[in-house]
Amino acid sequence: MPTLFDKVWTAHEVAAETADTPAVLYIDLHLIHEVTSPQAFSMLKSSGLRVRRPDRTLATMDHSTPTSTEQIFGNVPIKVDAAAKQVLKLEQNAAEFGVELFGLRDARRGIVHVISPELGCTQPGMTIVCGDSHTSTHGAFGALAFGIGSTEVGHVFATQSLLQRKPKTFAVNVEGRLRPGVTAKDLILGIIGKIGVSGGTGHVLEYRGSTIRSLSMDERMTVCNMSIEAGARAGMIAPDDTTFAYLQGKPRAPKAADWDAALARWRTLATDPGAHFDASVDIDASTLEPMITYGTNPGMVLPIGAHIPDRAGDEVFDKALRYMGFHGGDAMLGKPVNVVFIGSCTNGRLADLQAAAHILKGRKVAPGVRLLIVPGSQEIKRAAEAAGYAEIFKAAGADWRESGCSMCLGMNGDTVGAGQYAVSTSNRNFEGRQGVGARTLLVSPFTAAASAVQGRIADPREML
Amino acid sequence: MEPVKRVRSKTVVIASSNIDTDQIIPARFLTTTTKDGLGRQLFADWRYRDGSPNPDFVLNKPEARGCRVLVAGRNFGCGSSREHAPWALLDYGFRAVISSEIADIFRGNSLKNGLLPIVVDEAAAHWLLEHPGADVDIDLEAARLTLPTGVVVPFPIEAFARHCLLNGVDELGYLRSKLELIERFEARFP
Repeated sequence: MPTLFDKVWTAHEVAAETADTPAVLYIDLHLIHEVTSPQAFSMLKSSGLRVRRPDRTLATMDHSTPTSTEQIFGNVPIKVDAAAKQVLKLEQNAAEFGVELFGLRDARRGIVHVISPELGCTQPGMTIVCGDSHTSTHGAFGALAFGIGSTEVGHVFATQSLLQRKPKTFAVNVEGRLRPGVTAKDLILGIIGKIGVSGGTGHVLEYRGSTIRSLSMDERMTVCNMSIEAGARAGMIAPDDTTFAYLQGKPRAPKAADWDAALARWRTLATDPGAHFDASVDIDASTLEPMITYGTNPGMVLPIGAHIPDRAGDEVFDKALRYMGFHGGDAMLGKPVNVVFIGSCTNGRLADLQAAAHILKGRKVAPGVRLLIVPGSQEIKRAAEAAGYAEIFKAAGADWRESGCSMCLGMNGDTVGAGQYAVSTSNRNFEGRQGVGARTLLVSPFTAAASAVQGRIADPREML
Repeated sequence: MEPVKRVRSKTVVIASSNIDTDQIIPARFLTTTTKDGLGRQLFADWRYRDGSPNPDFVLNKPEARGCRVLVAGRNFGCGSSREHAPWALLDYGFRAVISSEIADIFRGNSLKNGLLPIVVDEAAAHWLLEHPGADVDIDLEAARLTLPTGVVVPFPIEAFARHCLLNGVDELGYLRSKLELIERFEARFP
C-alpha cells in the first residue's frame, strides 16, 4: 500500500535503484533563477550540450533583484553591481538556450516558488526541482519537489533526470483546530520545534490529518515551504478539492478534456489507507499559540508568551543567545524591534498580505521601526493593490515594494543592520542571514504586523 | 573530476552543531557567476572582523594551516542548497568534512565535487570534537576512518557516489548513458 510519495516516485522512475546505482528519476518541471543557474549553463557550454527540454524549464529572477520600483521600471540602474551581472547573465543564457524567462520587467515575475503555483505550472503528482532549498513549497500540491545544487541543475538541463536514492517517509499527523490568531506559520514552526532542525533528514514529510485538510493552498505552501528547515528532503500534502479549486482556470493548468483527465489522475494520488511510513509524529494543533524563534535556527522556537529556556553550560545554546543578545529566562513579549519584514516564499502570498492588512488597518508603524512589505510576485502586488491592502500598508507607514526574495536573505541590498532585531515572516534565522550581525525572529504575518505597530514583540491576538 | 581515494590530514574542529550554509558562505557572496575563488569567503562572518582576520577563529590559527579535514558538530551544512558551500570548502583546501550528521542537500553537493562528507557514530564524533589537530586517515575504498589511537571507524557512503569518486567518474556521463531509457520514458508519458 503506497504513500503519496511512493506513488509519485514510482511514476517517475526511468530506472529503479539497485545496490550499486541510484534511481534515474524523471523531472517534470525545472525552475531556475539567476543565482544558482550560471555555473550550470557554463557547464553546458563547455560540454557542448543543450537544455534538453526547454519546454519543461521555467526561469525567473528573484534572489538578487532589487525591490525598488525605480531600479526595476525606472531609469535607475541596479545598485548591486554583481546582481546586475547575474540578471544580464540569465537573460543571455535563457535566450541562448531557448528557456522561457519571466524577466525583470515581466508582469508574471516573482519569487520562483510563488509564480509557478500561481501560473498553474505546479501540479499534483509532478516531480519539481530547483536550485533552491525552498522548492519544498510545491509539495503543497502533492508534487515531489526538492532543492538541488548547481551540478544537479546541469544534470536536469542535459537529461531532464536526476540520480537519486529513494528517501524514507515521515508522516506528520496534525489534528485539532487552529485557534484564532494562530496561523500555518505557527503550525510549521511548532512542528520544527517538536521534531528538530534535523528531525526530517533523509525523509520526505507528508503532512496529514484534519487540520491540514482545512488549510487553504496559501497556508499549505507555508507549511511545505519550511520542510527543509526540519532537514527534510521534501514535504507533501495529498491533493484534494482545495487543490483542484485553486488550480482550475490558472493560465497553465490543463483545460477542458485535459483537465478532466488530469483530475481523474490526481484523485488517485493520496496515500492508501494502511500505508507504511518509516517515521511519524502527532501534532495537536488546538494547543498551538503564535510562535516566535529566539535563537539562530528555526528549531529554537517558543510560544510567544513563553520565556527563553535557561541552559547554562550548553555552549552552542549560549552562543546562539549571545548572538541574539538574549538571556535564559527572558520573556519574548515586549522585546524591542528595529525592522519588520513581511514577505518571502514562506509568507509573501496574498493571504499573508491580507493578514498583515487586517492588523495594520487604521494603525501606524511605531516610531523608529522600519516595516518592509515585499509581495511574493508582481501578480500578488497587483492583487494587493486592487484589494486595498497596499493603501493600508502605505497609510501605516510601511515601505511597499516590487516582488522578490529581498530581506529574507539580503542579497539585493535589502538588509538589516548589525545588532538590529528583525521580526520577519521569512524562513531562516541563521546568523547574518538578513545582513551581517542581523538578529532575526521568525513569526507569522499577524505577529510581524502587530510587532511593527507596537514597536516591540507583541501578541497579535490582542489586535485582531 | 580528479579521483579521490584517500585523505590523510590533521583535523580542524568547529564544534558548533547546525552549521548552516549561510555560515559556510554568506548569501552576499553568491553574486558570482563562476565557482572560482570562493575559499576567501569561507566562514566569512566568523573568519573576519571588520575586514581583518579574527584571531579567535580557528581557521586563522597557525595550527589550522594545511589541514584538509574539517570536524564539525551535528547537522553540518543545513539550510540553503547553495553548492557554493562545498565549492568554498574545496577552494579553501578542505577535502573532507566529518560530523555525526550531515544535511542531505549539502552531502549530495559535496559528493558531486569531490569533498568527502563523512558521517561517523556519536562516539567517534565526540572523540574527534575533543581532539582538534588529530591525524586522521580516511580510506574511501574501504569506507573506513582511522583515528590516531588506532581505532577504525566505518562510515556509510552511497555505493555509486563512492565508485564515481574513486574513479574520477562524472555522474553526468553515466546519466547521459541512460538517455535512451529517458527517451523511452518520455514516449510513454508525454
